[in-house]
Amino acid sequence: MLRQLRSSLLAVIVLTVLLGLVYPLAITGLAQVLWPHQANGSRVEQHGRLVGSLIIGQDFRGDARYFQGRPSASADDPAVTGASNLGPNSARLSLQIRARLSAFLRRETPYEPGLTAAAVPADAVTTSGSGVDPDISMADASIQAHRVAAVRGLPLAAVMRLVAEHTDGLTGGLFGPVSVNVLAVNLALDEAATP
Amino acid sequence: MTAAGWLQIALLLVVLTGITPLLGGYIHRVFAGERVLLTRALGPAERRFSALLAGSASVEQDWKGYAGGVLMFSAISWLALFLVLRTQSIQPLNPQGFRSAPWDLSFNTASSFVSNTGWQFYRGETTLSNLSQMTGIAVQGFLSAAVGLAVGIAIARGFANRSSKALGNFWVDLIRALLYVLLPLSIVGSLFLVSQGAIQTLAGNLHFSTLTGASQTLALGPVASQKAVMLLGSDGGGFYAVNSAMPFEDPTGLANFLEMLMMLAIPAALTATYGRIVGNRRQGWVLYAVMVVMFLGAAAVVYPAESHPSPAMRAAGVHGLNMEGKDQRLQVSDSTLEAVAGTTTGNGSTNAALDSFTGLGGSVPMANIMTGEVIFGAVGSGLYGMLLMVLLAVFVAGLMVGRTPEYLGKRIEAREIKLVTIGAIAVPLIVLFMTAWAISTRYGMRSIFNAGPQGFSETLYAYTSQANNNGSAFAGYVGFSQPHAPGNTGASGVTFADLAGGSAMLVGRFLPMLAALAVAGSLSGKRTIAAGEGTMRTDTAVFVVLLLATIAIVALLTFVPSLMLGPLVQALTPRLF
Repeated sequence: MLRQLRSSLLAVIVLTVLLGLVYPLAITGLAQVLWPHQANGSRVEQHGRLVGSLIIGQDFRGDARYFQGRPSASADDPAVTGASNLGPNSARLSLQIRARLSAFLRRETPYEPGLTAAAVPADAVTTSGSGVDPDISMADASIQAHRVAAVRGLPLAAVMRLVAEHTDGLTGGLFGPVSVNVLAVNLALDEAATP
Repeated sequence: MTAAGWLQIALLLVVLTGITPLLGGYIHRVFAGERVLLTRALGPAERRFSALLAGSASVEQDWKGYAGGVLMFSAISWLALFLVLRTQSIQPLNPQGFRSAPWDLSFNTASSFVSNTGWQFYRGETTLSNLSQMTGIAVQGFLSAAVGLAVGIAIARGFANRSSKALGNFWVDLIRALLYVLLPLSIVGSLFLVSQGAIQTLAGNLHFSTLTGASQTLALGPVASQKAVMLLGSDGGGFYAVNSAMPFEDPTGLANFLEMLMMLAIPAALTATYGRIVGNRRQGWVLYAVMVVMFLGAAAVVYPAESHPSPAMRAAGVHGLNMEGKDQRLQVSDSTLEAVAGTTTGNGSTNAALDSFTGLGGSVPMANIMTGEVIFGAVGSGLYGMLLMVLLAVFVAGLMVGRTPEYLGKRIEAREIKLVTIGAIAVPLIVLFMTAWAISTRYGMRSIFNAGPQGFSETLYAYTSQANNNGSAFAGYVGFSQPHAPGNTGASGVTFADLAGGSAMLVGRFLPMLAALAVAGSLSGKRTIAAGEGTMRTDTAVFVVLLLATIAIVALLTFVPSLMLGPLVQALTPRLF
């Protein structure tokens, strides 16, 4: 009994130092040397100014020049992540989705008159799991491309080319679908606009 | 549903089946004290430390001695974690200046991580400092998994022992589990996660203005090193509140695939280790086959279920996939497969909001846990949980043909069956009792977020997950209210939920563990009888079917009525609540 207590105390102290300090600090050191870009949050700059993380979504609402990310239940705040957690039969959720659907149509139909509710993909009107989803679906991007092209005075084909360049298509859809990184496309659009 | 989605399920199982005998064989050699690749580097340190803890490494313990070590070590671990959480505010490496966690939340959290559950009532990024994450949470990710692994091995030895009562030495096994299995795999795993985009830094919050001029704050920290061990060791706790949905934890589809493999690897491999310990590898493959069948069944229900719109979406006129609570890079295929991997293993790491799954889809993770975490299960405890089911199956078959049941040539007698029964029904009783208590009292109802049957589902899921040491959640259920204020001022625990859940986790962990150790102690050293004409073989396809039926009847039928009240009723109605 006493012997087990002594061993327990000793083990917890030594193992906390080894696994709680030495291990994470060693991994931090290795990560900072091998993959500093990723280890520090895949930061991206524009004109020398830090503007975000490539793998964290941002709020582009109200700026028609940009592709819009997915709705967020946590105000696109990566410091307080959260999903809506509303159930499948939630009346509140249904109202929210209905409101988002009409907002989406209001925003996009001026630029793509043929757009109907049935053509709006689910990811465009539902909140993500993280609250900071960096991606949208190809279907969503294809709709928004009409607006972005019109507002920026670019040919639709040029916008779609930029979209295609910023999809995660490396694994050909085997590990998850082909998705469009919103921040990356928007940065590329700004780049294309600067002569 | 896409062909790629189904292909991914197949690929996951093919790769898993490939590594099971390799990793299982390796783990067997480690615990048998044989030389492995790392022995040259780690051998001297391992022997010195083991000798320090065990007195002399050759001291073998019977089941009571072994259990004594487990309990004492876990008690000290619990105290250490509780103290770390309660004194967080006066410790270094707290860049955000977080206050200490309240006592009731600390009770729940310490119980959660010492019991290898990973249940989180708190929101990591706004509650815990980097030091608490590293030296508190992540350390228990290692220690509780190592305890599970050691106990699993000890119990397998007990089943195999022909003449001795010795199950091994807890301290020796603990150090071997950490140094040869969990630590090396975690190092490789965490570096891989970083390469994919998981973060690993000691920095705190990073403030900046976004492209449109809005301000955004990134909460940074040592994520990858913690995530790796949480996945490998079945703990499953996340650095962030949304766990793997957060891109910093689970950045790409490829990372997600590897994360699922990390969750499944050790629990699956232990079936092969078991086969080697008892000297008949087919015995291990039988367990593995049962697990794979149940895993496939779960995946085949939840993937199609989530590929349809929820009633809330239909009512709003939206069609397509149920994307509420799912991230686009993972979509339905990766979110549902991870939900299956996270709930069939005792891991609980998820990358989507299970609370927003459809009625049918949400019942699958719940049912997976309700099997008693024996479909792969947690590291070690999945193996011994399954072995209890095996004994039950053998006993039922023995009753049917009117013979004394045998397993591995040993008679299964009244004492073993009594212990098996305790181990098998204790947890379901806790789940149902706690759920009933919480759902019928005002203080219990405080934790509920959704209206209607979903509120019941949240409660049922909370106690199912905690008592079975899974850790995933219908995360609307709250045990900690945290207003959006800097330095988490004004935060408070929901005392009933914290205490009831914390107790469920501790009893759900240690009671079945002690019962299984006692069974192993009872079987250890039992004389074996040669297989005769009437002996039922336990390494055949027939036994696979029998074992599947036993699990379905004993574990799942217990919960069918409660499943009907919550998720299934929602699957049957388009009504909104």
